Amino acid sequence: MDSIEREIVIGAPVERVWDIVTRPEHLGRWFGDAGAERDGDTITMTWKEHGTAELRIVREEPPSTFAYRWDANVGGIGDTLVEFTLAAEGDGTRLRVVESGWESLATSAAEQERLREGNVGGWKHELGDLERYVQSVPV
Amino acid sequence: MTEDVFTALADPTRRSILDLLATHGHGTATSLAAELPVSRPAVIKHLAVLDRAGLVAARRHGREVRFVVQPAPLQATAAWMSRLAAEWDARLAAVKALAEAAEDDGSRE
Repeated sequence: MDSIEREIVIGAPVERVWDIVTRPEHLGRWFGDAGAERDGDTITMTWKEHGTAELRIVREEPPSTFAYRWDANVGGIGDTLVEFTLAAEGDGTRLRVVESGWESLATSAAEQERLREGNVGGWKHELGDLERYVQSVPV
Repeated sequence: MTEDVFTALADPTRRSILDLLATHGHGTATSLAAELPVSRPAVIKHLAVLDRAGLVAARRHGREVRFVVQPAPLQATAAWMSRLAAEWDARLAAVKALAEAAEDDGSRE
């Protein structure tokens, strides 16, 4: 319950996937939708409708491990750790992401209320937005 | 809701307590201790944490106190986790699309 783990197999070399996952010009396309800029160990992501979020890089070991902390999921009540792991698989790459750190968050009453309200229809609506966004990602 | 739901759920014994209460419908500190490798006082401490998180409620039945699962915080948390997982699936799919498209035309930006 205290982490989310997802993975995908990609038909491209590890080095190529590493670039997509870590470089600001790519992050601004698949993660944000209005660009990304890196300054030192901080990447500032920008979204057209959701403002900005800072990714504070804590591990960067090309081309296998990239990790940062951010608080965009639960604004104002703490941050979580996001770790990407890349591994060669045949001619392609297995890309795994683990987001963790919820147990250290102090979930506010207002946030709980928001979660309850979002339980029925809210997140399905957001998911629909997300699916349309992904389909619209320029390739 | 003052105690963090995630803190309550981070402990495997507390997750087992919730599983047992959900399976049996209700339970007491004594009945739970009989099914778990921990003492009754330890179960009582875990129930207190779950109670503060809003995950269980105590109901008095005669001389015993029965605990039942309060599903709302669990459902809200599960829905929230599902949504975040779906967001990551969508992002990973977008990474795949970008990486494979770039690979197809052999170009690097």
